[in-house]
Amino acid sequence: MMNTLLKLNDVHTHIGQYHILQGVNFEAIEGQVSVLLGRNGAGKTTTLKTIMGLTPASKGEVEFRAQSIRKNPTYKVAKLGIGYVPENQGIFADLTVEENMKVAMRKEDTSALERQNYVLELFPDLKKFWKKAGGHLSGGQKQMLSMARAFINDSKLILIDEPSKGLAPIVVEKVMEAIVEMKKQTSIVLVEQNFIMASRIGDTYTLIDDGRTVHTGKMEDLVHNEELKRKYLGIG
Amino acid sequence: MKITLQQISFFLILASLVILPFVNDSRTLIILLTQIFIFGILAMSYDILLGYTGIVSFGHAMFFGIGAYTTAVMLKQMDATLTMFLLSIVTGMFFAGMISFLVGLLTLRLKSHFFAMLTLAFSGLFLVVAEKWRSVTYGNDGFTFRAPDIFKERITFYFFVLACLAVIFIALYRFVNSPTGRILIAVRENEQRTKSLGFNTLHYKVIASVVAGIVASLAGSLYSLSLRFVNTSVLTMDITLDALLMTIIGGVGTLVGPLLGAGVIEYAQHALSGLARDYPIFERWIIFFGILYILAVLFFPKGIIGSLRMLFWKWRSRRKGNKKSPAALPHKKERFE
Repeated sequence: MMNTLLKLNDVHTHIGQYHILQGVNFEAIEGQVSVLLGRNGAGKTTTLKTIMGLTPASKGEVEFRAQSIRKNPTYKVAKLGIGYVPENQGIFADLTVEENMKVAMRKEDTSALERQNYVLELFPDLKKFWKKAGGHLSGGQKQMLSMARAFINDSKLILIDEPSKGLAPIVVEKVMEAIVEMKKQTSIVLVEQNFIMASRIGDTYTLIDDGRTVHTGKMEDLVHNEELKRKYLGIG
Repeated sequence: MKITLQQISFFLILASLVILPFVNDSRTLIILLTQIFIFGILAMSYDILLGYTGIVSFGHAMFFGIGAYTTAVMLKQMDATLTMFLLSIVTGMFFAGMISFLVGLLTLRLKSHFFAMLTLAFSGLFLVVAEKWRSVTYGNDGFTFRAPDIFKERITFYFFVLACLAVIFIALYRFVNSPTGRILIAVRENEQRTKSLGFNTLHYKVIASVVAGIVASLAGSLYSLSLRFVNTSVLTMDITLDALLMTIIGGVGTLVGPLLGAGVIEYAQHALSGLARDYPIFERWIIFFGILYILAVLFFPKGIIGSLRMLFWKWRSRRKGNKKSPAALPHKKERFE
């Protein structure tokens, strides 16, 4: 049976005077990659930020493992087991790769160290530049470090925002492979503009347009639905 | 155990400062160095806020003043003994810790500029209280008090302050390199991201504020004893600005930088005001000082230590002749050495 890990029900979010999310419904299933799709400015990033409590919802419900997290501050949401990889990666530029990992590791126990070894196998570049300041890494290495940091705690769900943005195709391939590997151990919510990448690794999709959920279903159905792709993603 | 270049440098400098009074017993030099050490402690405390946590506070003088007044009042009202002096330091630190905790809890939730303005308001409040509570503080006129007999000799006090400086430097160095210190740097770099990693950033900012407050209070206690006098000037904005400029000129987020900044500024103040005896134009030395500040901020925005590090990296990458290769860029460990 498929368990719903995260559920957003008619979520509205205001940022200042702007009504950004105007009714987002979304479900992330355990063990799957759930993809949020939509045009630029549709509200995908805001949806992730709302889940994390960075831009709290003004209306609606956000549930994680059947418990409301709508009013939780960001750090409590993270402690519940939701990892977040933001669009701009959010690397601590003055800290080394090692220190970036140690900051992310809330508890330096055996299982965290095991996960660290696992991510270092996934991203060997991080091992290579272990003592290098985060600010001196390339875009792809920063993306890998950001994902590794989200994975290092026993996160039940990882929210990844546009991991392919600004990366060379060969690096995108690596990132994609890593997400597929990570999927074996955790559930993922992915925001991605690159439809080819999203369709290859996503299990389900949710289409957002103008801050509202307009369609949801299995990724394989969307791949064959030219009309939906043309209407909401401008492709096909 | 591996001894690092940093540790060797630290002990060499410390040993030189211990030997110095036996080589040159100039009273002026001893007093000047004592002032530098005291302001070095204050500037390091400010670096914890500005350099490591990214908090701009305009109320740091409040904690310096708490230490200064606690020591002065206790030594005046009670016996001027070493025990009383040490007790006054601990009491001042306790009050400063409590107040920085409360002020931090109330204000650190706010965005940085609002926080800065509120700290200024709190500091102003303390200044008004000190001016109005004349029965204890004697207002702006201030009061003199006796120092413990052991500190009658300036050199003994010099060694005491030097010991305090060394202990505080080691303690703060360990603090900023601890897991908590790393989180403070993370807060400075990207607070939202730190929250997303599961840290209550307010909690860490309050820790930084309390540590900075306690250390500033120690500097205040030492300062009032060095003068054997206290008045409300210890609570004024000038003290905060001095700490801020020492930190910026020395190099934020380096700990050593603020120490160096304290040395440069205290020495420049001493030298420029000394020149006034021969050249009347230097009676307005504060104007020259202002120009010096502006030039320093314009041409050395990273401070002395930051600029030296940049020069070192450039020299290294030129030597390697491979500027763009990631391997040519500095590793964190190298940056400290």
